[in-house]
Amino acid sequence: MSQPATTTPTPPTQQTAQWKQFLSLDNRFVPPVFITLILLVGHFTFGILESYQKTLLAIGTSILAELVLSRIFLHKWPHLASAYITGISVGILLRSPAFWPYALCSLLSITSKYVLRVKGRHIWNPSNFGICVMLFLASEAVASLSIQWGNNLGAMIVIWALGTAIIWRLRRFHICAVYVASFIALAFLRAWITGDPWQSEISPITGPEYQLFIFFMITDPKTTVRSKLGQCIVVFFVAVVEFFLRLDQSIYAPLYALFMVGPIALLLEMWMNARRSDVNAPAPA
Amino acid sequence: MKRVPIARILLIVFFVGLLLTPIVVKRVSSARKASATTLDISSAVARHGFHLEEVAHASGIDFVHQGPTLDPKLAHIMPEVASMGASVSIVDFDRDGWPDIYVTNSGEGSRNHLYRNQHDGTFKDVSEEMGLADVNQIGTGVSMGAVWGDYDNDGYEDLFLIKWGRPELFHNDQGHGFTRVSEQAELPPWINANTAVWFDYDGDGLLDLFVGGYYPEDVDLWHLKSTRMMPESFEYAKNGGRKYLFHNLGNGKFEEVSAKMGIVSRRWALAAAAADLRGTGHPDLFIANDYGVSELYLNDGKRFHDAGEQTGVGFAPKSGMNVAFGDIFNQGRYSVYVSNISEDGVLIQGNNLWVPKEGTSGNDIKFENLARDMGVELGGWSFGAQFGDLNNDGTLDLFLTNGYVSLDRKRNYWYDFSKVAGGNSSIIGDAKDWPGMDGRSLSGYQQKHVWLNDGAGKFVDVAQAVGVADTHDGRAVALADLWNRGVLDVVVANQRGPLLLYKNTVAPENNWIEFALEGTKSNRSAIGAQVALFWNGQQQIQQVSGGCGFAAQNDRRLHFGLGKNPQIEKVIIRWPSGKVQTLNSLAPGKLYKIEEPA
Repeated sequence: MSQPATTTPTPPTQQTAQWKQFLSLDNRFVPPVFITLILLVGHFTFGILESYQKTLLAIGTSILAELVLSRIFLHKWPHLASAYITGISVGILLRSPAFWPYALCSLLSITSKYVLRVKGRHIWNPSNFGICVMLFLASEAVASLSIQWGNNLGAMIVIWALGTAIIWRLRRFHICAVYVASFIALAFLRAWITGDPWQSEISPITGPEYQLFIFFMITDPKTTVRSKLGQCIVVFFVAVVEFFLRLDQSIYAPLYALFMVGPIALLLEMWMNARRSDVNAPAPA
Repeated sequence: MKRVPIARILLIVFFVGLLLTPIVVKRVSSARKASATTLDISSAVARHGFHLEEVAHASGIDFVHQGPTLDPKLAHIMPEVASMGASVSIVDFDRDGWPDIYVTNSGEGSRNHLYRNQHDGTFKDVSEEMGLADVNQIGTGVSMGAVWGDYDNDGYEDLFLIKWGRPELFHNDQGHGFTRVSEQAELPPWINANTAVWFDYDGDGLLDLFVGGYYPEDVDLWHLKSTRMMPESFEYAKNGGRKYLFHNLGNGKFEEVSAKMGIVSRRWALAAAAADLRGTGHPDLFIANDYGVSELYLNDGKRFHDAGEQTGVGFAPKSGMNVAFGDIFNQGRYSVYVSNISEDGVLIQGNNLWVPKEGTSGNDIKFENLARDMGVELGGWSFGAQFGDLNNDGTLDLFLTNGYVSLDRKRNYWYDFSKVAGGNSSIIGDAKDWPGMDGRSLSGYQQKHVWLNDGAGKFVDVAQAVGVADTHDGRAVALADLWNRGVLDVVVANQRGPLLLYKNTVAPENNWIEFALEGTKSNRSAIGAQVALFWNGQQQIQQVSGGCGFAAQNDRRLHFGLGKNPQIEKVIIRWPSGKVQTLNSLAPGKLYKIEEPA
């Protein structure tokens, strides 16, 4: 996960602007604050963190890695919101009785941003990459079953409402809306194909893993395409790939679908942009 | 990236190293497991100090557990919901000095078995003549477990039968038969329970009874009014059965006092056990709950106080299925082993070994989970476990059985299980929303664990090396010196599987001592009595239990391994009445029968 894109709202009147400035946060801080709220509410109502140390280890490792790598390779101190979200996401989504997977997953996530780059852009959502690698390669040590904060309707509504408001403010609500609509439509199709109760196919999206996935992973501006239509198409394909993975009974279908579709979409966009540049470039004299 | 290429190359090497790390960890772990090969008896005894040989058939036991068939509305997930009921408890019901075995069955109309010890290495089923066989009649529910305790202090162990259905109390008529006294005892008409514990919580010399409900008591699993009877959450469910604390009035009647005594919970209890965890003289009650946190009720002698969160054991929700106490460090303090679920790549809850934190005691006692550090964390879909010194080396080892539903080896139900487990309560709580199992396994065919305590803070799994290679769906484990040889044998009850009897062969140079206690002022079963054995500059405590593990009860006789050349300094017995008795000049290699002094 990384932080959703920031926008520049139209300047309001001076008095309103001061008032809003007092009440509102820098947009870059909104996602970290939101995910921290989720974590704290989840923990103090349901006790989702078995160990504070593991979550702190994931966050600390993530931030430290970002600081070091950014200094070495970008020659600047980074804004730490993204690393914080990556760390906290690892702390929430990864489940392991051991400590080392938390540190390793955070390190993998952040390092992937600096290694797996094409034309200056990292092509995987960092925490999506880290968690998928851990699930592929260390399945005996980690899991990510979506039960982190219970099955409570109240908690679900609060997180969805807050998340929707924040994503709306960040002007990325269309991504979430397309994904949710696609998931639900394809869930009914899956139920029809498998003969399982439709409730069981809808069930995953009512759980906490999807709340993080929808609000923090698929909306990551650094790893999504630029155009609004493109974003909608990409996220639709994430849902489609997830649909097939689910038919193959893949427990971590959404994470794996994003892992596959995300980089392909970015590479395609880069290729198309390059072609467009070539076409628009003035012919040599 | 404008840095010199060498930095980038180093970064790539570092990144590849990170990717390789889990592979290396997996290789190392696999190499360790591969070294645990099967050994013959003499090699196992030479290397580990003991060997277990499965001898049920040779001992005259050919019992195969039958599972229940519940309401047809649950047919699509029947293997999952009808997945418990195999239990084993050890009792010397006829006071002949030889442990007998009682096992439950759970098919409608099936028979429970009481195996009388024939003193010659064999057992004979006497359940029919004793009146303890036909206890699963249609319409009365089916057995889930059994605990024995002498509630009327007549010297003979009586039986409380735990059921999904009508709970039953049987009075032992001096070892010649049993009389059903459930109505006289004023037990409720129906409880869907999986755990019960005999203990004298108020120290009045009469055994009281705790019963932990699993499904709500108004659910008749054979005639469902609604399919909305599943847990409302996988880890935070509070819609299970209520808890009962039956206070023994001494006239054959019991009064239900749970709310009055501070035990109010609707979590899904699967296992419970009582022990004096703080040295107060009052037994505390530990409950392992499925779909949620464990509960620890501290007993101040007048009332119980829920201290699960405060003590650290009731914070992280898991799928608790076992409670066993053991003084694993020989320091005179109990640790608590709670089993949970671990399935590679799906759900790694890890089992808990709750060890009292250094420097904490009394009401401020805190526990920390050292299961990982000590090597007893990952046990598959774990069920029953018991501490006992299997090789008589002077430290308590741990036997764990596991495996949930073993059906088709190639297809598993985890994907569908995970879909629903993470969903909203309105979905997970309704059985009709669960996809059909269609013959698929769910954590089936699992290798059992026999963890040997090395006395230095680690447990090493030697299951296969010492002869435990079965992969049945294990539920209950009970330990007893079945043939009075000074070694602990192991009995394992398997769901829809055979009862296994592991006969132990122990290195002869390792010594032992055993105690058979009988209360006078205290309850006659001496349940709750604690023996502290001091030898070779160390001490170990054990207590007589009225039910522990999962759906199990060990022999009431206490067995201590002593290792080589033991020098026994003294034994201090703390009786439930509060009386403290010190014994000196004890010799190893003997069973001491001790009666509570007047």
